[in-house]
Amino acid sequence: MDGNVEDFTETRPKQAHTMSEMIKVDCRNIDVFYGDKQAIYDISLAIQDRAVTSFIGPSGCGKSTFLRCINRMNDTIETAKVSGQIYMDGADINDHSIDPVLLRSRVGMVFQKPNPFPKSIYDNIAYGPRIHGLASGKQELDEVVESALRKAGLWDEVKDRLQAPGTSLSGGQQQRLCIARAIAVSPEVILMDEPCSALDPIATARIEELIDELRERYCIVIVTHSMQQAARVSQRTAFFHLGKLIEYGDTEQIFTNPVDSKTQDYITGRYG
Amino acid sequence: MDYQCGRMLETFGHLPVAWLLFAVLAVAGFVSFFAGRTQAVTVGHGQTERLNSQPNYHGYFVAMATIGPAAVILVLYALFGDSIVRAQLASELPQRIRDLGSLELGQYIDRISEQAARRDAASTGNALFDAATSRYTDLLGLSRIIAVLAALAAAGLGFFFARRQLSVHFRARSRVEDGIKFMLFLCAGIAVLTTIGIVASLFFEAMRFFSRVSVFSFIFGTEWNAQTGADFGAIPLFFGTFMIAFLAMLVAAPIGLLSAIYLSEYASPRFRGVVKPILELLAGIPTVVYGFFALQFVAPIVRAGANWVNGLPFVPDGLLAAQPTSALAAGIVMGIMIIPFVSSLSDDVINAVPQTLRDGAYAIGATKSETVKQVVMPAALPGVIAALLLAVSRAIGETMIVVMAAGQRAQITPDPTADLTTITVQIVALLTGDTEFDSAKTLSAFALGFVLFIVTLIFNLIALRVVQRYREKYE
Repeated sequence: MDGNVEDFTETRPKQAHTMSEMIKVDCRNIDVFYGDKQAIYDISLAIQDRAVTSFIGPSGCGKSTFLRCINRMNDTIETAKVSGQIYMDGADINDHSIDPVLLRSRVGMVFQKPNPFPKSIYDNIAYGPRIHGLASGKQELDEVVESALRKAGLWDEVKDRLQAPGTSLSGGQQQRLCIARAIAVSPEVILMDEPCSALDPIATARIEELIDELRERYCIVIVTHSMQQAARVSQRTAFFHLGKLIEYGDTEQIFTNPVDSKTQDYITGRYG
Repeated sequence: MDYQCGRMLETFGHLPVAWLLFAVLAVAGFVSFFAGRTQAVTVGHGQTERLNSQPNYHGYFVAMATIGPAAVILVLYALFGDSIVRAQLASELPQRIRDLGSLELGQYIDRISEQAARRDAASTGNALFDAATSRYTDLLGLSRIIAVLAALAAAGLGFFFARRQLSVHFRARSRVEDGIKFMLFLCAGIAVLTTIGIVASLFFEAMRFFSRVSVFSFIFGTEWNAQTGADFGAIPLFFGTFMIAFLAMLVAAPIGLLSAIYLSEYASPRFRGVVKPILELLAGIPTVVYGFFALQFVAPIVRAGANWVNGLPFVPDGLLAAQPTSALAAGIVMGIMIIPFVSSLSDDVINAVPQTLRDGAYAIGATKSETVKQVVMPAALPGVIAALLLAVSRAIGETMIVVMAAGQRAQITPDPTADLTTITVQIVALLTGDTEFDSAKTLSAFALGFVLFIVTLIFNLIALRVVQRYREKYE
């Protein structure tokens, strides 16, 4: 990794060059407006594959908004306008030839509050594979569901009650169900928007373990308010402030030796 | 002495006692509140923080104990006092009047009480009537005196015992809250009791009808000629009712539901802001106007359409009845009338589905329609079912449109262009105009109302169960 992040915008092309095969999502000059209000100011950021990248920053700094650009979830908000380019495996996801619906099956998302569908545990997982035709026949679908639940570390807890409603699970289990649901459509990228903010410490630890395991297969981006969580689970950390990217680099470097004084202030708890 | 006593009774018989008592009780309430509060402060030696409850609550407690029992006595008197007086008077009347029968005896006493209510009443010349009138006034006065004394005694006793209870440890607040809870319970009870009363009155009138016509022939009979008092088979009426309600739902359910989905999921906020109020305006149109519309505009079109179908080649002549009033015309217009019930309620329910569910579906790559069909609608379904059921019960109970546009003929036919009649139409027909209330003809209206009530009750119970089971599964 390139340790020099003092002037990120100038070093970024060099980064991209040295690890081009490792970059999964490359965002360039992203601006986001909600109506007349600008939420993101010219952010450029390259996200590594098979690693966990965390976005940290005080509330309202635009980290969730930026996250939602990556799977074009901002399209569903009428007043939101996104400009700039986001390349995923070299293809611009905002290009007219890309259907946002298909894009979202490649970029899964897990939300702040667990949001299982009002369906059984089984149907929650099977929903995605069904609409995308990922499984032919009941048996194959069963396998997809089981493998997604296993990857999310939920299988042993729910295998005997797959027909129970998804909402009957505990909060932590629901969140792992949502992760399994995202995994079931075999995405390449998983976006997590404060996935543990509604969970207790034990459920949080469970999710963090899971994130660490999933890193082997996916490119994971996680927004979090917990600095400890960012330090524990991520390899790369980006610090946002007031809609701007302040600093981006190896997690260890950001937390031990931040370059920008704002980052320093934030991670030491002086504001935020 | 005797004369004075008589004057007093007469005076009380004329006084607006209720208002006086109301004022007295209000004053008593205030006085006892302050008495209780002052006493609480005294009990606490001026240090209110030593008291279990704040002084105000002690005041409320004493006021409640003072007014409560008195109010109960007065309410009981208001409910039963008059009938006790009348019963007493009736028992004192000469035998020949008591032999008149309950209806005419009642009318006689009604005349007495009217006469007694007139302050400047001159003698009517009928000695018995005048004597009865003055006796009635006295009895009324006596009953009022008893009621007032009882109420005052109850208030005094309540006041006395409540004050004896006050102490540093007395839990006045929880007692007051118990009292308020009881009052709220009474209010809820009144609503329930009213319902029970309505059902009971329907039931007893219906029983009077069933003592003349057998239940079996009423419920399973297929001929209805109530106006002549010949046949009381209600099946044609139920058939007409459900046929028209079904036709109405055929119109209202799809249009209402789909417009709700469009408004809540697809329409821009601005469009929604304009269209939703306009849709809801439909609910504000008086049903008689809808009836007008059905009769003047829709029914002729239905008839013309039926005639056109009849004129087609290979269609047997007279296949459709093509009547000037028809079930279809009434059903269509009724459907239009209940569209806002379906759409507005469904729209609210769909909007209440949390956005996070939609986000979850979009995030795994569901399209908008997949999200609506498979995530939003299942989540909203209990509410949507409730909206549809409300619409059905509106359709079954709707009267004006069917009176004007559905016709009067009780028949069973699958042909929607024939004129049908409904339960509500028949009830209107049976109970309007010059009627006496103890012939089988008019009593059959109550029987119809009762059976209609039972049917809708069963309907609602089934629906409730369906919704509950769905809830368990989906929430």
